[in-house]
Amino acid sequence: MLDKAIVEKLERLAGKENVLTSKVDMVAYSYDATADMPHQLPDVVVMPTGSEMVQQIVNLARSNRIAIYPRGAGSNLSGGTIPLKKGIVLSFQRMNKILEIDPANLTATVQPGVVIAALNSAVAEYGLIYPPDPGTVATATMGGSAAENSGGLRGLKYGVTKNYIMGMEVVLANGEKVKFGGKTVKNVTAYDFSNLFVGSEGTLGITTELICKLIPAPKFRRTMMGIFSTLEDAGNAVAGIIAAQVIPATLEIMDNKTIRTVEDFAKIGLPIEAKALLLCEVDGMSEDVVNAEFEAVIAVLKVNNSEYKVAHSDAERDQLWTARRNALPALASLNNTVIVEDATVPRSRITEMLVACENIAAKYNVVIGTFGHAGDGNLHPTILYDMYDKGETARVHEAIDEIFATALALDGTLSGEHGIGMAKMKYLGNELGRSGLNLMRSIKESLDPEYILNPGKMVPLREV
Amino acid sequence: MVAEKGPIPANTTKTYHDDLKMVQNEIDKCMKCGNCMAVCPVYGSDKSETAVTRAKIAVANAVLHGELSLSDPDVSTMIFNCLVCKSCMTNCPTKVNFDKIILGLRAALVRENGMPWLKKMIFSTIKNPRMFDAAMKLGASLQSIAFKGDKNIKAMSPRSPFAIVGGSMGFDADRKMPELTVTPLRDRVADVIKPKTATMKVAFFTGDSLNYFYPDAGMDLIEVLTANDIEVHIPKGQSCCGVPVLVHGDTGTVRTLARNNLDEFDKTGCDYLITGCGSCGGAWQHEYVELLAADPVYGPKAEYWAKRTYDISTFLTRVIRFRKPKGQIDKTVTYHDSCHLKKTMKVFAEPREILKGIPGVTFKEMSAPDTCCGSGGSYVVSHYDTSSSIGKNKAEDINKTGADTVSVGCPACMMQLLDNVNRFGNEQKVTHYISLLADSYRKEKG
Repeated sequence: MLDKAIVEKLERLAGKENVLTSKVDMVAYSYDATADMPHQLPDVVVMPTGSEMVQQIVNLARSNRIAIYPRGAGSNLSGGTIPLKKGIVLSFQRMNKILEIDPANLTATVQPGVVIAALNSAVAEYGLIYPPDPGTVATATMGGSAAENSGGLRGLKYGVTKNYIMGMEVVLANGEKVKFGGKTVKNVTAYDFSNLFVGSEGTLGITTELICKLIPAPKFRRTMMGIFSTLEDAGNAVAGIIAAQVIPATLEIMDNKTIRTVEDFAKIGLPIEAKALLLCEVDGMSEDVVNAEFEAVIAVLKVNNSEYKVAHSDAERDQLWTARRNALPALASLNNTVIVEDATVPRSRITEMLVACENIAAKYNVVIGTFGHAGDGNLHPTILYDMYDKGETARVHEAIDEIFATALALDGTLSGEHGIGMAKMKYLGNELGRSGLNLMRSIKESLDPEYILNPGKMVPLREV
Repeated sequence: MVAEKGPIPANTTKTYHDDLKMVQNEIDKCMKCGNCMAVCPVYGSDKSETAVTRAKIAVANAVLHGELSLSDPDVSTMIFNCLVCKSCMTNCPTKVNFDKIILGLRAALVRENGMPWLKKMIFSTIKNPRMFDAAMKLGASLQSIAFKGDKNIKAMSPRSPFAIVGGSMGFDADRKMPELTVTPLRDRVADVIKPKTATMKVAFFTGDSLNYFYPDAGMDLIEVLTANDIEVHIPKGQSCCGVPVLVHGDTGTVRTLARNNLDEFDKTGCDYLITGCGSCGGAWQHEYVELLAADPVYGPKAEYWAKRTYDISTFLTRVIRFRKPKGQIDKTVTYHDSCHLKKTMKVFAEPREILKGIPGVTFKEMSAPDTCCGSGGSYVVSHYDTSSSIGKNKAEDINKTGADTVSVGCPACMMQLLDNVNRFGNEQKVTHYISLLADSYRKEKG
């Protein structure tokens, strides 16, 4: 428990209405969207309303050696916002103003609590979009998705969050506030701080403002689905589409387990014998170019022995998307616990990774459905199990270890878009080695020597 | 750390209203993904995790595992800060039946802590239809002391001394409420209303809101049915549907009401039960079955009527082919989807079909028509500030349509919209959609 005097100071700093201390409130902030994680009750939740307030809270926390956990919507899948060492959850849900939309510079300036979908509805009037689209766009905040460097369905063509953050205001662990980057397309002043803080998972500083890049909304799109009787054909089609110099906005794959489960769940007439489905959408500003890309994709599908379906209207597009939209809900309905991993491999090795996931499921006798972003090699092996069954839970943990080992063996990475947090910290050395861990530690300790910012995430705590 | 514990075996002689342990499997379905945040109106207003569905599910789990106590007043406050609008359920990827969790929790809270005296007094009156009827009529004759009328919209506002006292609960001088009628709907009509030639007979469950606050809409519903050659039975012994009591966790009272209603409608010998309120219809289609699942006598009766209950719009468009209206109604109309009508009864296309078929009506869809209006029955009284901030957004969406009339299929929403379009809107007319159809039929006669 925190000293009562500290809570009272927080109440004076932030206003009583922005400080939560009841046990019910602590339960509400003890978790995030990550399965199979320990939960922990924080001591207090503070909802700041401005960056000066954040500085004062940081100073108070540091001088009393209290941990701080910045939190947006708590929709991450890395255990990144769980208050592991108790202390202060700093919730940005009430700092949710869009400060400026600048159509001449194609930028928006936002507070960290702005929900991604809210930004997109606001910029839609200008014919613009903010492209990063993690599965949680309707709830996730800009601050949270910057901290996690979220990806999404459009990553292949449009990139991920780090490609759209042009400038930031960050409160450091020493209480100082720094501003870097801005509205200029070119900026090589000093270190590239945006790329340091984006994806730092709240371990290096606390974002209090973001300047992000917007792009004109594509005007035309075509959607199609390829149906494959072998994983090899599907993998070759992915490579073939890129080789044909088409970069689709989305190129999603679903394996047989996922296809069968979605069909059982939603009864939408999917071919349950198919080994893989590819959902492909091309988009752009010119109808001719989009149509040419569409024809090129169809040609690649044909070469790779694919049957295919094409959407001729928005309603038909919606039908094609139904399968992908239902992938996670359908798989999740199979049991009481669902772990969604995001091991990622080079695009050319998608087939090997899919086969490996099937083999791992058989080897450990666990249920794994795999779907994901084939175009960028970012797969979501999704593991379903009964958390009350100790034996099965243990087998699931072994299977996950092997999924990550396989991804690394295929020159891939532990995480394409969910981040490291608590969930994957133990694997970090396998990818980075000792020198990489040392580099992580050097950066962490130069900015936050006392580990008060989101301790126990990404960088292992130093044993004292 | 919060340890995971094993599942708790279900009990087959009770329902989750009697035993909170029975919702454990629903709790386990929640992945904590947070999709509920996108649609929860209370979260949208409060912007605090504690307000949202997944937090309430986490608290239910903590209660079941002894980490939180039902006697903790903060648990009660949190669990009653929910409109039971079920919006979260429509956006839940794993289809958690959150209604079971929230109703189970509220019933458990009442078992643990008892009921506040005021609620106890009101609910025991509701349980006795004759006493309730007398109380509502007494209220109608006395309301002019505390409220002043606004004849243009058949509404009233609190008079100044009462407005000062009631201001914190939204009963300030600007508050518009429907008048309590001196002659309730069920006193205005016979037990059976026969058209010239009857092709079918149905039983009409009026519900309290149509009976006491909007009897004209109830009369319109009857008129529309008879205009379609339907004989209408109105059992006079029917009581409140029980939803207002159910959401306060008074399981005993709501079961008494449910059994009484089932008996009353059994006596009619009708094949269809018609409602003009999403909460009442939802009670018949869903809640009675859930509440009486372990009752060998009334359980099957509840199942029987659940299959035969229709919102008036579904009955007109899907069961019979209602007569297309010909009377000209020159209005620009928008439609608000009541939560219980859309999310429990799955009725949303039918009222629009009816409205679009009325000559002269220009139909304008508002953005997010199925976002809750913030009423939540008594939530508007207990949580006026949150309710009003939700209602303000709804009023602004209505303003943007340019409609002069906002139609709706649930009297509780009508009350909330009446207040909010008066405060934040352009004083659009609020009406039950069935009244527009009745108007059109009447216009035919010139």
